[in-house]
Amino acid sequence: MSTQNNFNRRSFLKVSSLAGGGLMISFSSLAGLISSPEILEAVEDKVLELNSYIKISEKGLVTLMSPNPEFGSNVKTSLPMILADELDIDWKDVMVEQADFVPKKFERQFTGGSQAIRSMWRPLRNAGATARQMLVNAAAQTWNVPVEEITTEKGILFHKASGKKAGYGEMAATAATLPAPKNVKLKKLSDFKIIGSSKKNVDGENIITGKPLFGIDYKTEGMLIAMIIHPPAFGQKVKSFDATAAKAMPGIKDVFKIDTLADTYERNGFDTTSFTDMVVVVGKTTWEVMNAKRAVKVQWENAVDKQVVVNGWTGKTTVTIPGGLESTTKHKTQMSELAKKPGKVLRKDGDPEAAFKTAVKVLERTYNAPFLAHNTMEPVNCFAHVTADKAEIYAPIQIPMFIMQALTARLGLPQDKIHIRLARMGGGFGIRAYGHHLVEAAVISQKLNAPVKLVYTREDDMTYGIYRPMYTATYRAALDKDNNLIAFHVKAGGIPESPIDGSHNRFPAGAVDNYLAEEWEINSNITIGAFRAPGSNFMASAEQSFLDELAELAKKDPIDFRLELLERAAKNPVGKNNDYEAERYAGVLKLVKEKSKWGTNTGKVARGVSAYFCHNSYVAQVLDLVMKNNKPIIEKVYAAVDCGIVVNPDAAANMSEGGIVDGIGNALFGELTFVNGVPQKNNFNTYRMIRHGEAPKAIEVHFVQNEKDPTGLGEPLFPPIFAAVANALYKATGKRFYNQPFGKELGNI
Amino acid sequence: MAIFKLHVNGKEKEIDVDPRTPVLWVLREHLDLPGTKYGCGVASCGACTIHIDGVAVRSCQLPVAGVANKKITTIEGLSEKGDHPLQKAWLEHDVPQCGYCQTGQIMSAAALLKTKPNPTDEEIDAAMNGNICRCGTYIRIKAAIKSAAKY
Repeated sequence: MSTQNNFNRRSFLKVSSLAGGGLMISFSSLAGLISSPEILEAVEDKVLELNSYIKISEKGLVTLMSPNPEFGSNVKTSLPMILADELDIDWKDVMVEQADFVPKKFERQFTGGSQAIRSMWRPLRNAGATARQMLVNAAAQTWNVPVEEITTEKGILFHKASGKKAGYGEMAATAATLPAPKNVKLKKLSDFKIIGSSKKNVDGENIITGKPLFGIDYKTEGMLIAMIIHPPAFGQKVKSFDATAAKAMPGIKDVFKIDTLADTYERNGFDTTSFTDMVVVVGKTTWEVMNAKRAVKVQWENAVDKQVVVNGWTGKTTVTIPGGLESTTKHKTQMSELAKKPGKVLRKDGDPEAAFKTAVKVLERTYNAPFLAHNTMEPVNCFAHVTADKAEIYAPIQIPMFIMQALTARLGLPQDKIHIRLARMGGGFGIRAYGHHLVEAAVISQKLNAPVKLVYTREDDMTYGIYRPMYTATYRAALDKDNNLIAFHVKAGGIPESPIDGSHNRFPAGAVDNYLAEEWEINSNITIGAFRAPGSNFMASAEQSFLDELAELAKKDPIDFRLELLERAAKNPVGKNNDYEAERYAGVLKLVKEKSKWGTNTGKVARGVSAYFCHNSYVAQVLDLVMKNNKPIIEKVYAAVDCGIVVNPDAAANMSEGGIVDGIGNALFGELTFVNGVPQKNNFNTYRMIRHGEAPKAIEVHFVQNEKDPTGLGEPLFPPIFAAVANALYKATGKRFYNQPFGKELGNI
Repeated sequence: MAIFKLHVNGKEKEIDVDPRTPVLWVLREHLDLPGTKYGCGVASCGACTIHIDGVAVRSCQLPVAGVANKKITTIEGLSEKGDHPLQKAWLEHDVPQCGYCQTGQIMSAAALLKTKPNPTDEEIDAAMNGNICRCGTYIRIKAAIKSAAKY
């Protein structure tokens, strides 16, 4: 485990700035001794690597590696906080460095599914505690005293009996020669000093001063700019092109067609690529290339059905990518037809149909939601320099491990010759899990034998695909004469994917004797991908709107109605596969009830409540709004969250606020429709995003205090807020909202 | 191509570009000032906001030929040491999530504070509505603008 690294601080900094994209390290303060990169550069120092995550120099500089790609969930701060606490170092003495993609060295370099904190919690605590123990062992050996008599505090080793003390840096060289101890003792939760206290974003200063942190900012000597022309419609491909005029334009180097993934290539589940052939324009500057793109005359032709083999998480399947040009009007007809037919049964408890027959009241409602574009503020981009024997890639990518197979296959290089460095991402929300841009940039670079930065225009980005699918769900519920819920039926489907995705084992499953969940899917050539809380982002919206209406039909308060059901699920759960803890679910509802003073008279302010469990965290929300000129003015949102131990509270609140604001925006405005395969919006002048004046005036986030291992926050706040909006809109307008985006029915879009 | 003399962040710069080149790309690719971001190219997202003679302008649709005798300020020139009151307030409120739109947000806010040193919520909304943040940091941005107004 212990290895020595003999590069010094100066060479390290030199390497970092040469690598382009600016300074790749972040400073907080450096032990108060060294305050600027200039001074730092003058310091000759030996850096020792205690393990993959922790480097300590002889002069006491501590560098912590942040393994996961950063897309705005602040893992670059919160993951090193976990390391630092177990290492027992002062946070102000820590430098954080973004790790490159090195799977042999780092565990799970994966940003997505709200899993970073949850999955790295134990490994990083172990890494921190192990390094600390190595320093303790080094001190014991050096001072010739028993190991157990050595204590640490803020990066200093003490031996009280002899009065000896030493900084970590002084023991680093010895520690690095010692074997890494196994099964080290972790801190008691009550001893945490850094975890649980708010720490500022380690990249904060670089962000607000405009430093080149992002993939799109990358620049290197001799680098060319490449842009793509992809088919304007799903279901089309390149027939031919004429680049005579474009090639004659200033700054243009070349125009050519590329093919990325062959039809015979066996894809993994993340090799989603909307278009495998495209025309590429390469030149000196972005503006020149943008102009030349418009001068290329491309003839498109309609694609026919084709089969590809996809070896995904659920095994190997042959997938048909249908030909044809699809339209939203036709999609709606197809969906309403299929919604009427029996679906694939995912879960059945009791005898739902018999229960429906005995019901005194039955409620049936159908909910619809459109395709959504991710619209990360930073458009797709990637730098690649592929030479005969290796590939250097600098990319905004959430899950680098999933694109390696395609890169090795397409470039003909072994994995250890493909080096991916992880750019800070200008948003991700799921779409940067798909690395098509890495393959495209690498193919272009390989063809040109030159360093290339691929950049999409906003229009290229928004019309490329990998959208949130289009969804429909029909809910039915039966009440007996005492307004008890006796049967619950959900049937949901989507183009091209069902939204249910495991949610059939979540609440209210387990809380009702007779339960049925079914799903269906309609194939499409419009590509889709993970979008902030996949599936849940629709299921929560539909289900929690339905429960609100159902509570009303049962003449019950909507929170009390849910709590009654959760009590049943806790005491006497139905079925064995329930995937939620009813007590924790009830806990957030009770907390939001208390904090929002639910039940008090709010005057003209209309309130909606919603709750959901997904991605391992529990959330309940109350949203307050008033209508002004037929537009909702959101006065306040209260959120109660149970994500276990909160590592970085203020950053966790920021993430929670973000999920809420983003959810409100997508609920009110998000929509992408198609006519003959062509996306009907391609930029922010037509695609409505939530803006400043439409955000809630205030958000209060309350975390449940407990000692459970932490879970993530990137996604869980997003799904339920859609229904909180719908339920509050109902209170304000007297009208239920079943079709997203709600702003359309309000005349706001 | 034509030669332009530009006043950028208090310095004189000379560049030889197509007169139609938007200032955004001149800054990013010719003058090595990447803090001004490309978001949409149609002046609809605000990521490229700079100041021309102190006024917030979207640089993605602004041809370089139109700014030859004007004072251009980018995020890199907003303050000498990254200590403009808004930059300090942005750190105090730990505003950024992904961070991509934030330089544009700060430039819009800085222009607002020049004309309205103590803006109301409505004035902030009106001045900032052209700047999109998909991460949803709007509430913190508003709080930071209010803090900066008090410094």
